[in-house]
Amino acid sequence: MKRQTKILLLVMSGLLLGLTGVVLAERDDHEHEYEHEEHEHGYLQRWFAPTRPVISPVVSQLYQEECGSCHFAYQPGLLPAVSWQQIMQNLDDHFGENAELGEAEQAAIQDYLLSLSAGRVDQGLPRRIKASLDGMTPPLRITKTRFFLHEHDEIPQLMVQDNDQVRSFSNCDACHSRAAQGSFREHEILIPGYGRWDD
Amino acid sequence: MFHRLSIALTTSLALLPLSATADATTQLQAVYLTQGVERFDAADGAALWQQQFTHAKSGQQRSCTLCHTAQLGNPGKHARTGKPIEPMAPSVNPQRLTDKAKIEKWLKRNCKWTLGRECTPQEKGDLLSFIRNQ
Repeated sequence: MKRQTKILLLVMSGLLLGLTGVVLAERDDHEHEYEHEEHEHGYLQRWFAPTRPVISPVVSQLYQEECGSCHFAYQPGLLPAVSWQQIMQNLDDHFGENAELGEAEQAAIQDYLLSLSAGRVDQGLPRRIKASLDGMTPPLRITKTRFFLHEHDEIPQLMVQDNDQVRSFSNCDACHSRAAQGSFREHEILIPGYGRWDD
Repeated sequence: MFHRLSIALTTSLALLPLSATADATTQLQAVYLTQGVERFDAADGAALWQQQFTHAKSGQQRSCTLCHTAQLGNPGKHARTGKPIEPMAPSVNPQRLTDKAKIEKWLKRNCKWTLGRECTPQEKGDLLSFIRNQ
């Protein structure tokens, strides 16, 4: 065999080995190693279905500018449509603030939120969030969804409410380092003043 | 003929500040002038900036300074979320007072939140005169 061919084969094998290693490491990273086929399961099965904790990042520029200027731009998939609708119809009293918009902007943002809301998007994290709301009136706050409460029920008050750098569970990107990218994975969590969250 | 032409030219130039190429503040104040305002007073705007208003429901004392502070050259902070707010002073933050729609949106929201009502054209004009000099 020519020397060049030998070197090429060596490099290719090395790459293949390396790639396999990366893929395996990536898979180890996940809390679960597979995704269910999303069929008509009961709400508990849908709530606790293994998925990666990622959600479509906010792609609407308008939403980012108008709604991300005071707080984290919560992805539409984090709430069901009926909650988003109520929020958008009451912007003059938006959790105690006035967040009024021009008619056109309001309509555009409402359409955007509803079309990508939990339930309308029926897979991944939005699906789990929607399922967790089974039988209850959908809350207006993401932090009051059963899914959220369950995921955060072990976090002590001193790390959030009493933590100057976090202050509230509404402040997703204070701890979730890739929240803006739609990722809420446990190993990405860095609680200011406390470090990594280790379950 | 040249006399007429020069008059026409001078008049157009004189009216230039009120044209669409005028800055955002001037455009807005031009509108307020058609809404019963006679003149603007930056000192009145400064007073309004500092004034405390009691929120009926909660009793909270609210003013512009609550989020924007009394020194417009300083950054502010959202009173509730803690989110940093860039300085309002155009001398420090040249982006301020350049976007008409943005000015109107925030005046509407913040007047309603702070004063409990929309600001009158007089108040808005005075505020703009005050802010633009900072």
